[in-house]
Amino acid sequence: MADLATFRSDARAWLDANCPEEMRSPIRSEADICWGGRNWTFQSDAQRRWLAAMAERGWTVPDWPKDYGGGGLYADEARVLKDEMRRIGARAPLTSFGISMLGPALLKFGTEAQKKRFLPEIAQGKIRWCQGYSEPGAGSDLAGLQTRAEDRDDHWLVNGQKVWTSYADKADWIFCLVRTSTQSKQGGISFLLFDMLTPGVSTKPILLISGSSPFCETFFDDVKVPKDQIVGDVNKGWDVAKYLLGHEREMIAGMGLGTSGSSVTLGPLVKPLDPFLRAEIAAFDVDALAFAAMSERFAALWKAGEAHPASPSMMKYAGTELNKRRSELAMAAGGSEALEWDTSRSRAGATSRAWLRSKGNSIEGGTSEIQLNIVAKHILRLPGA
Amino acid sequence: MGLLTDDQKMLQETAASFLAAEGGIAKQLRHWRAIGCKDGFGHALWKKFAELGLTAICIPESEGGLGLGAESAVLVMEEIGRNLTPSPFLQTAIAASRALEGTQHAERWYPGILAGETILALAIDEGARHAPDRIALEAKRKGNGFLLNGSKQFVVQGASADMVIVAARTSGSPSEINGITLFAIARDQAGMEIENVALVDSSKAARMRFENVEVDADTVVGEVDAGWHRLQPALFAGRLGAAAELVGVASGASTMTLEYLRQRKQFGKLIGEFQALQHRAAHLYCEIEIARAAALKAAELLEDGDERAELFVSVAKAKAADVANLAVREGVQMHGGIGMTDEHDIGLFMKRAAVLGEMFGDRYYHRERVAVLSGY
Repeated sequence: MADLATFRSDARAWLDANCPEEMRSPIRSEADICWGGRNWTFQSDAQRRWLAAMAERGWTVPDWPKDYGGGGLYADEARVLKDEMRRIGARAPLTSFGISMLGPALLKFGTEAQKKRFLPEIAQGKIRWCQGYSEPGAGSDLAGLQTRAEDRDDHWLVNGQKVWTSYADKADWIFCLVRTSTQSKQGGISFLLFDMLTPGVSTKPILLISGSSPFCETFFDDVKVPKDQIVGDVNKGWDVAKYLLGHEREMIAGMGLGTSGSSVTLGPLVKPLDPFLRAEIAAFDVDALAFAAMSERFAALWKAGEAHPASPSMMKYAGTELNKRRSELAMAAGGSEALEWDTSRSRAGATSRAWLRSKGNSIEGGTSEIQLNIVAKHILRLPGA
Repeated sequence: MGLLTDDQKMLQETAASFLAAEGGIAKQLRHWRAIGCKDGFGHALWKKFAELGLTAICIPESEGGLGLGAESAVLVMEEIGRNLTPSPFLQTAIAASRALEGTQHAERWYPGILAGETILALAIDEGARHAPDRIALEAKRKGNGFLLNGSKQFVVQGASADMVIVAARTSGSPSEINGITLFAIARDQAGMEIENVALVDSSKAARMRFENVEVDADTVVGEVDAGWHRLQPALFAGRLGAAAELVGVASGASTMTLEYLRQRKQFGKLIGEFQALQHRAAHLYCEIEIARAAALKAAELLEDGDERAELFVSVAKAKAADVANLAVREGVQMHGGIGMTDEHDIGLFMKRAAVLGEMFGDRYYHRERVAVLSGY
């Protein structure tokens, strides 16, 4: 444990020296997040320096192996690093679906060559990934997907359409579920990786009620994918997809819980507070703080392999329902000022846009109803579920 | 946090198997209720708690205890809740014992707790609602001692206790936290009137009246006027213990209900096949897991002396009360008609959840604490 104390003081000193002052404030909106990628424009020089410094140490992905661009930290050390970053209010240097979703799946299912090729680029923020899962006819019933990949000896030929692809128009590569067999529903799915610049790939943003377009329709028209870009065996993609969905659900569940972990209140409240509103906020804070404790416990149990395999569904359900409630309360607490849509005073309608956006949390990545089905079937083992 | 140590897992298993075997509903709760026991719990079982070392968990090693702390207490309390085991464990071994720590009263009473022979009670509340910062019961200096006037209520197991710790006002006004003093008053104290009150769940709580009750100066626990600082850790321990027991109650009720969903048939189907019930059961499962995590988190913070401990204790108590309430309501509803009968056990969970919900402050009290501690 003396080593851990040394690690802490070293990490603290290094962070103090390398984390730019501008990166030590909470992420207030989408615009503050660094997603990286081939076409990424840094919001500031500080954001660029912060990513470069962290990536060089492998600390964008502290617990990945060093060979793949990670920090090679033990779980305890990674936790200490997180603590120390939280202490100075440091922002995440890089946020990406590569880190939170594809990376863990590649670490588990990828070949050595795939790990060496793709993971370092994720760790360094050089390639931005998107996820091709949902289709117009395959939402909650994801395994019903129809996008075809035909075996053409030296390549896969992909045709079909995805929808709700997050940031497909900004991403460099896609990890994509495709149908390689019609013999079996779940047993006919494969997991492919390909460049979004491949001929035949096109995207079209979807305008949401929040006024932004984080999602796209994505079209594949005779897209040729090299044979070595399949993860796992042919027709075994559902295993990879499920594993990765667990990580996605975990990520969405953690959204909006704040970076400090200690306070999940709505931030500064305009006083005097209406007493009924105050009571609702207090009831919400009880639930939010209890859920923060659950998130911490879940992470520890998951890492130790003691969590039920279906428990990410619980986290996803509870976390997203909570986030929707938080947004409802933020609107109520803001009163008529929360209704402003494009003034700078309201930071371009940040409250109302976040409120509208939050409604998707319990739809994307499997609806709340689907999560409850999973809990009922796999954890509670209720009949016929 | 999140992971139990091997020792804690062993303790959990010990408590679980002991309470399932010895503390079950038929053997304890229904038995004492049927014979109209004045204590509402069994002394022989209390002895067994001691023989297993459970009563030593929260007593410091220097005093002959195990000094295991809040996390261990939480594990035992959840098993007590699951089995609806009536016992003095929460009041005596977790809460009251804490108020005595480091005083000569600890030397006097700890051996009895360790032996499973002593029952202690805490007399805090003076009205229908928990308000420990508003103590009015008056203690005036008289000669070498004090003269007590006032009343207490919801003194859990007060009529069974060998000694009651009474929070009284020695100076200042009832709106101040300074000026509170704790007194350790033995059962044979002259002039103390005790009414033994049966509660909805067949447990007992006393109403106590003090009319010119004269006590010696050596009944003071700790310092005169500084009782608040001694009372607080005892309240935190009690709140967390009650929260953990509520998690157990919720979990026990939910297990029983899930069993029923898997066996009861209507319309030619097991009722557990209906999605309307599946979703409610799954939601309840999530809530119970969250309440348990909150209790464990609060325990960890208490043990670490973390400044957020008080906040999380209130979070844990409020959350557990909410969740247990949901669990017992869903439990009775999903059982249908049989859930309304006295013969079925599910109703007993509902009754226990109601009493624990009030104990050491209800969910409204603790939401208020969360608001105040969060600065709004």
